[in-house]
Amino acid sequence: MTSISDVPGPKFHLGMLLNDKRYRGYTFQFFALLALVALFSWLISNAVANLATLGKDISYEFLFEPAGYDISPQLIPFESTDTHLRAAFVGVLNTLLVAFLGCVTATIIGVVVGVLRLSSNWLVSKLMAVYVEIFRNIPVLIWILIIFNVMANALPQPRAFRGEDAQASMLLDAFAFTNRGVYIPRPVWLDGSAVVVTVFLLSLAAIWGLKKYAIKQLYSKGREVPVLPISIGLFFVPTLLAYFLLGQPVKLELPGITGFNFSGGIRITGPMIALWLALALYTGAFIAENVRAGILAISKGQAEAAASLGLRPRRIMSLVILPQALRVIIPPLISQYLNLTKNSSLAAAVGYMDITGTLGGITLNQTGRSFEAVLLLMVFYLLISLSIALVMNIYNNSVKLKER
Amino acid sequence: MKKTVLIGALALAGVTAGGAAAATLDDVKARGHLNCGISTGLVGFASQDAQGEWQGFDVAVCRAVAAAIFGDPTAVEFSPVTNKVRFEVLNSGEIDMLSRNTTWTYSRDVDLKLEFAGVNYYDGQGFLVPKELSVTSAKELDGATVCIQSGTTTELNLADFFRVNNISYTPVPIATAAEAQQQYLAGACDVYTTDASGLAATRAAFEDPSAHVILPEIISKEPLGPLVRHGDNEWGDIVRWSLNALIAAEELGVTSANVEELSAGTSNPEINRLLGSEGNLGEMIGLENDWAKNIIMAGGNYGEIFERYIGENTPIGLARGLNAQWTNGGLLYSPPFR
Repeated sequence: MTSISDVPGPKFHLGMLLNDKRYRGYTFQFFALLALVALFSWLISNAVANLATLGKDISYEFLFEPAGYDISPQLIPFESTDTHLRAAFVGVLNTLLVAFLGCVTATIIGVVVGVLRLSSNWLVSKLMAVYVEIFRNIPVLIWILIIFNVMANALPQPRAFRGEDAQASMLLDAFAFTNRGVYIPRPVWLDGSAVVVTVFLLSLAAIWGLKKYAIKQLYSKGREVPVLPISIGLFFVPTLLAYFLLGQPVKLELPGITGFNFSGGIRITGPMIALWLALALYTGAFIAENVRAGILAISKGQAEAAASLGLRPRRIMSLVILPQALRVIIPPLISQYLNLTKNSSLAAAVGYMDITGTLGGITLNQTGRSFEAVLLLMVFYLLISLSIALVMNIYNNSVKLKER
Repeated sequence: MKKTVLIGALALAGVTAGGAAAATLDDVKARGHLNCGISTGLVGFASQDAQGEWQGFDVAVCRAVAAAIFGDPTAVEFSPVTNKVRFEVLNSGEIDMLSRNTTWTYSRDVDLKLEFAGVNYYDGQGFLVPKELSVTSAKELDGATVCIQSGTTTELNLADFFRVNNISYTPVPIATAAEAQQQYLAGACDVYTTDASGLAATRAAFEDPSAHVILPEIISKEPLGPLVRHGDNEWGDIVRWSLNALIAAEELGVTSANVEELSAGTSNPEINRLLGSEGNLGEMIGLENDWAKNIIMAGGNYGEIFERYIGENTPIGLARGLNAQWTNGGLLYSPPFR
């Protein structure tokens, strides 16, 4: 019967808050929370009072005043008469750009190195081990400075490209490697280029569709559809056809030396390359270890079973091991993406104008609004970190073991 | 995140708590030495000699203030600070004054709540370029890459200059003078811009100074001077009048060589008031009556300091120009000591 569970406990009295194990935890937590709230309100009121004593108020009006300085590189047009807010936005885009490029590159490096480190080839695995150990044991700031200084001192200056008997020459007349950055051709979109791009995107979709179709055929009818040759054909033929039929609407603008610097083309600045490479190589070393851990976590029997079915080593890796290893790899990978994004704030060391360089650097300096600027920076980094974590967690949920 | 807020707030709370304290003179006296913020290293203005002692034109202002307070020019602790943190460090109370080629501007004076004690060097922004570029005017710099110290007035002037002349440039922001010099020499930028005095100092430190030219254009006014926090007027007076004493001493012909003799009393009442043999100017400012004498004894008058560190006979080789006494056609003008 229910009488057993209905036995009433001793009546609640205040002393039980301390004496009774059931309530003691809550009591302590409650007081800890009070203390924390008190501490924070004291800190904040103290900061506000002290700023007031100094005659400084907290105001974000400076964001709407003209910045007065110039920024390079800029993904959206920016002039010195634009506002600090726009300058901050230019910085945000620069941060996101380098973080994105860094994450993609680091992932590729990490996966390749992580797999190769487990290679049965002694030389390859040892080389990869050396790479991992060197890169993850030296602070990333040092790597940024090393790459930046090597570039600044080893590559020729733009003026070396000038004149009849120039000391340096461009690669294929299209790529210039200088100590201020790399100049590459820039596509110029003329009338009709939209059609070419659309055709290209459509053929990409067709390739994807073809693969799906091939898999379906393989699973349902056991019939193999030749994917690779058709894909290659789809990739090149329609786009090239459209390109020539429409009279070559996409031109390349080649960089050329004019005056002090190269003009035309796209300039990838030295600081950006230094930051991008350093972040990718550094974080790549950590990701490689995550990948290695992920692969080692998969029972050896899996590989043996796959081998006994007649799969080649490469297919075992891509079809059997890596999909399972992903479950182990993804959670620490999220941390690495976050680290990389936050480490991009080291851009200040080489003068790459990310958000720390614009809002947290020049704007902060020129306006003296350090409290406001730092608060904004914190909010910004928090937001992107949380966004990355959110997206990656969604992905993690999609690959993790489904328990039913 | 919680931790970051905590540390940030703690730092801010600590930082500003110091800033609120008045009576800097009492703090300095109790401490036994002056805390003075200087440049992180600019030959002639603030650099360390072989013994590790800070020397230079800006350093001399710190030493003058220390001499005024303690009668001892060595009672200074120097804090080299970058452009970026200089005002924060001053506002936080970590240093008592800043003497670091800092331009007196409206917003720094008014909005940053700082107080400039005067001008110890009238400067203007110039451009340094390698001779081999054969540039003769700043207006020919269209498309150039320019190294610039971040967070300075020069950064804003540069943007204005190129904008007004309708030419373009690529900025390379840099933190310190030393770094700028390294980048410029490596060719990471075509041009280095900062105050003309700083350019001269930087060039003097090059292996081959003659391979670089300073362009004739001076594109801004840069009155450089020592500064203190807002809100402690007595302390501001001490720094202001220490600087004025250096300038007045030169005008009145008081030098480190004759100050001892003149301090016994002369027929010029202003010299007598300055050196404390007449009146009680020292007492008014809360110091000994021979405070100004100590300043001159320590490093000489303005002219002597100028010649020793940055004058024409030094590697920096700056002419007095605007920095001559008003009696010689310059801008130096100390209000009277009376």
